[in-house]
Amino acid sequence: MKSIIFLIVGVFFGIVMYKSEAASWFRIYEMFEFGSFHMYGIIGSALAIGVVGVQLIKRKQIKALNGADMHLQPKAKSFWRYILGGILFGLGWALAGACPGPMYVLIGAGYLPILLVVGSAILGTFVYGLLKSKLPH
Amino acid sequence: MNWIYEPWPWYISGPLIALTMFILLFLGKNFGMSSNLRTACTIGGAGKVADFFKFDWKTQRWNLIVVVGAVIGGFLANNYLSNNSVNINDDVAQTLESYGIESADDAYLPSELFSAEALSNPKVLAILIVGGFLVGFGARYAGGCTSGHAISGLSNLQLPSLISVIGFFIGGLVMIHLIYPLIF
Repeated sequence: MKSIIFLIVGVFFGIVMYKSEAASWFRIYEMFEFGSFHMYGIIGSALAIGVVGVQLIKRKQIKALNGADMHLQPKAKSFWRYILGGILFGLGWALAGACPGPMYVLIGAGYLPILLVVGSAILGTFVYGLLKSKLPH
Repeated sequence: MNWIYEPWPWYISGPLIALTMFILLFLGKNFGMSSNLRTACTIGGAGKVADFFKFDWKTQRWNLIVVVGAVIGGFLANNYLSNNSVNINDDVAQTLESYGIESADDAYLPSELFSAEALSNPKVLAILIVGGFLVGFGARYAGGCTSGHAISGLSNLQLPSLISVIGFFIGGLVMIHLIYPLIF
């Protein structure tokens, strides 16, 4: 039963990613060229609602449906891993024109070369795991 | 019935992305898509060579199901809900034309990069492989991607997420403005 709920959430998310064009290589390129408000509007409006909603959840101490605390733990304080990892991610995001969520959506949409991107992303994750102890965090 | 094929404007799309995050929070989970790449490594046996991958992947089973759903959503949207072309800013489309990418306004992804024929071009192969590798490596190094940091983390006013998102944009701007003119 729970699996079906997560499946529906995924289908919903996939349709939103595709219909919003956030999964389009062209929209990512256009965003970094500051050619349209579209992507900034998507991220900005998601954030505006996200910030208000998360503050409400925290102030009213709203629990998840199973009664547990919501997953809103603070991230570990650091600088280098976030800026260096972020820059590497951004380079890849602009080069492949897709971030992880849209990658899965594009497989379903039938753009099979994206499988190469997903495979390489898994490889990149694996290499990070191997090098983790040697990288500044 | 043409309205069905129209893209959704940002003021519909953004709130629906926030809704996705809140549904997952209410289900006791979190919104983070790149975690699935680590789970894939663990399922493939990467725990044998690096402790980073030693965890019970079944705790992430729900997230893999979300991925399966996203694949189905992509199929449905592509086949039944879209005419699969993206209209972008004319000046930007012209810049792309000067790079030899002329499918703007006709396609959802540039056919010069994402078609079976394009894969026979070593440069295209390199772009897709290096791009994917950096996304996977960078997301895990930074501890999250666009969903985990830019949406979930910033919604929770996390400074680490702000630093990461600044990094995303530094990387993206460097790639588009400094590196693209060299590779295209």
